[in-house]
Amino acid sequence: MKKKLVCIECPKGCVLSVEIEDGKVVSVTGHQCPKGEKYAFNEIENPLRILTSSVLAEGMALKMVPVRTDGPIPKEKLMDAMKEIKEIRVREALRPGDPVRKNFLGLNVNLIATRESLVRVYKK
Amino acid sequence: MAWGGSKNPFPITMQKTYDVLIIGAGVVGASIARELSRYRLNIVLVEKEEELAFGVSKSNSGIIHPGTQVSPRSLKGRLCVEGNRLIRRVSQELGVDFKEVGELIIAFRKEEIDRLNELKKDAELLGVPKLQIVDSSWLREHEPNLSHEAVAALYAPTAGILSPYRLVYDMAENARKNGVGIFTKQKVIKIISMGRKEARNKPLFEVTTSEKTFQARYVINAAGLFADEVSALVGVNDFTIRPRKGEEFILDKKREHLTNHLLFPLPSKTSKGILVIKTADGNPMIGPTAQDIEDKEDLSTSDDGLNKVLAGVRRMIPSIAADDIIAYFAGLRPVAGEDFIIRHEKDVLGFINVAGIQSPGLTAAPAIALLVCRILKENGLPLRKKFIFHKERKKTIHLFDIPLDKTRKLVQQDPSYGDIVCRCEMVSSKEIKDAIARGATTLDGIKFRTRAQAGRCHGGFCTSRILKILSSATNTPLTQVTKKGCGSEIVKEERGK
Amino acid sequence: MTERELVIVGGGPAGMAAAVSAYRSGVRDILLLERDQFLGGILNQCIHTGFGLDYFKEILTGPEYADRFIKEVENIKEIEVSLRSFVVGLTKDKELTVLKPGVLEQIRAGAIIMATGCREKTREMIHIAGSRPAGIFSAGLAQKLINIEGLLPGTEVVIVGSGDIGLIMARRFNLEGAKVKAVIEIQDKTRGLVRNIVQCVEDFDIPIYYRHKIVKIHGNERITKVSVVKVDDRFEAIEETRFDIDCDTLLVSVGLIPENELIEMAGVAMNKKTNTPVAEGLNRTSIPGIFVCGNAFKVYDLVDAVSKDSIEAGRMAAEYLGGAA
Repeated sequence: MKKKLVCIECPKGCVLSVEIEDGKVVSVTGHQCPKGEKYAFNEIENPLRILTSSVLAEGMALKMVPVRTDGPIPKEKLMDAMKEIKEIRVREALRPGDPVRKNFLGLNVNLIATRESLVRVYKK
Repeated sequence: MAWGGSKNPFPITMQKTYDVLIIGAGVVGASIARELSRYRLNIVLVEKEEELAFGVSKSNSGIIHPGTQVSPRSLKGRLCVEGNRLIRRVSQELGVDFKEVGELIIAFRKEEIDRLNELKKDAELLGVPKLQIVDSSWLREHEPNLSHEAVAALYAPTAGILSPYRLVYDMAENARKNGVGIFTKQKVIKIISMGRKEARNKPLFEVTTSEKTFQARYVINAAGLFADEVSALVGVNDFTIRPRKGEEFILDKKREHLTNHLLFPLPSKTSKGILVIKTADGNPMIGPTAQDIEDKEDLSTSDDGLNKVLAGVRRMIPSIAADDIIAYFAGLRPVAGEDFIIRHEKDVLGFINVAGIQSPGLTAAPAIALLVCRILKENGLPLRKKFIFHKERKKTIHLFDIPLDKTRKLVQQDPSYGDIVCRCEMVSSKEIKDAIARGATTLDGIKFRTRAQAGRCHGGFCTSRILKILSSATNTPLTQVTKKGCGSEIVKEERGK
Repeated sequence: MTERELVIVGGGPAGMAAAVSAYRSGVRDILLLERDQFLGGILNQCIHTGFGLDYFKEILTGPEYADRFIKEVENIKEIEVSLRSFVVGLTKDKELTVLKPGVLEQIRAGAIIMATGCREKTREMIHIAGSRPAGIFSAGLAQKLINIEGLLPGTEVVIVGSGDIGLIMARRFNLEGAKVKAVIEIQDKTRGLVRNIVQCVEDFDIPIYYRHKIVKIHGNERITKVSVVKVDDRFEAIEETRFDIDCDTLLVSVGLIPENELIEMAGVAMNKKTNTPVAEGLNRTSIPGIFVCGNAFKVYDLVDAVSKDSIEAGRMAAEYLGGAA
């Protein structure tokens, strides 16, 4: 069976032609980089997504700290991830890249902050 | 709830029996309240919406009519001319800007000039001053963007403009300062006329609202669109209020100098026509349409209305384009018949109907107030002047309206004048907090008082900050802050709550 | 009146890149004015990925991208950052009037770079008929409310306009637990990136109606539904196709307008259609020494292009100042 996909790895959005047999990818064409090929395999067999969201902070200059998973997670786990995210409270100064939850949901990715949670006040 | 904001210096305590209870806090109710507050009387003003001026007055065009285009034999004609004179002093006392811009009623054919002369004659019978018929060369000079097809116009210099809702808020504030009790979210559901019970032969009413029960000797029905329903509560059923919808379209402020006067076409039987209006805030406005409808809550605009208005104004100002339109809204005129109904009801002593106040209601409001005072006096209410009446009110500060040196001084005195919340209209957090202290409880209330959210971005940048300021100043959870009262909450949920 | 060499209006990605570039090109007195309490501009609320692939060769979220520039700006002491600072006036002689808490200041600049970004087109500008209830948001406002304030604007959402911001918000609402009932697009294809159709709309099974428009908004206090029709080749409504979608929220994502009212005030020649300065060459305006960069100059699809454009503007301003000195 042939299926057409649009790769979402980067803004280019290459249109991929994927040959599928018994639910498994046999061949991929149309990609302009190796990420596209990998994306096609995953998208058919185990769709993955990077999750970005925000978590509540307490006692910080920001009310919400934006976060992301530092690697993609299974698409079907997105809503479970959101449930977990809503429970989190950030109470310490974080820099972009600092982990908010290590091994998030046991999925071998970290949930990291993407913005400084304690923000500098500029003095003149 | 008692109106007056969180830092109300005149806490409202309910009186056992008020002398006068006024139903409806639009421009008419507020004018009556303020006028009555000169006298030694206990006055209460009740309003069914979350904030004052949220009914008919919200959609008012802000025009102070000179008294043209209204029958010289009508009550509304006389009150219009009287009101036009009075409003100047009232607005000055209250610190509301009134600008006398003048109006032109425009003729496009030679035959129409006769009609202009008729209108001029009628207006002069009412006492409208300084009228003149001007010709096309005058028009070319004084209204350069007016279509060259205009052949003549009736020029009435005494027409003017002001902000209708700022007038209501400032008038109500002044009334409150002079002792009037004001309660919002009070929908009147029952009125019992107790007849004459007291030895002094004064009437007595028990007025029940959705929240409280008031006792008052005299009741004034200024309930706008619902005046017929309120009147029916005391059994006076001889008029019906039919809503006549008017759609209006606001143009970008960049086109402020499109016209120099208010521009009118020749009037029809049912309306003054589609106008090119100057507003007190600078944005030109075009409209209104005139469409009789059934539903007193239908404030929707339509593509049809837009097309009608554009077609109408392009005859006068050909350069107006749909792209110039940055906002639009609809209002409902409370039509009872041809004229105002302002009368003491002889079958219900002490009950005064002030109904069917459509155009020129805003202009006539101060004169209506005087007339109502006379009616009250004629029906047994003594009007004894107070020794101290605070007739003046300090003008509200709008940064966008004052010169830079004044802004500099203000900012030095109070740093929060420099904390700009609404970028498009240059409104500081101080002005917003002041508006809340003066009674604003909703996003619309803040918009009408300060112009924050009324600019180019329509609240895109300032709404989240205004939400937070309102929530904090009124001790309301963010999810309960509303656009215009219960049911119009802005956001549904807050994370973590 | 204070004299400053270079004043940059706007501390988002454009202003920051321009500031750093001007410094690297030799300017030593730079004042960066930002009206918010933080640097970063609109990137602070763009918490999704898709930024930086071209410029940093990495896939970053908006705040991460902004952070790179914020750190550079903070490390250069010759760049003075003034937050909560709002420019209320600009003249052709490069005099700015700046308002901030406690201070009204007038500054004469040697050169000015305007990095004021865009505002969103609103419902009013596209003339959707009907009532004006609560529950109507521009996509950017909804984004700010959710991402910065932790507030969910609504639970049953219809989105008009399939631009990127609208699509991103479709996903965001879904992730927060709301139901997105439809995306309505008047053209026959999306205005945004196809990848966003995949990961924001298809991922969540949101129906997208191409060649449709909203003809009426219903609801008195809060929106209750919208009426939708198919359109013909002239974008006119085909009445027989009319149907309603119940909702409590309408998101409007129909385009951006560059914020250039200040340079217009100063008398810069403007292209009235795009609200951008008539370009005398990239980033230049009709007033020598006043430059415009980033989205205020041209609405870019990717912030990477904004950075490149703003670096050029910084360099140009430095060159102008060097020559003017």
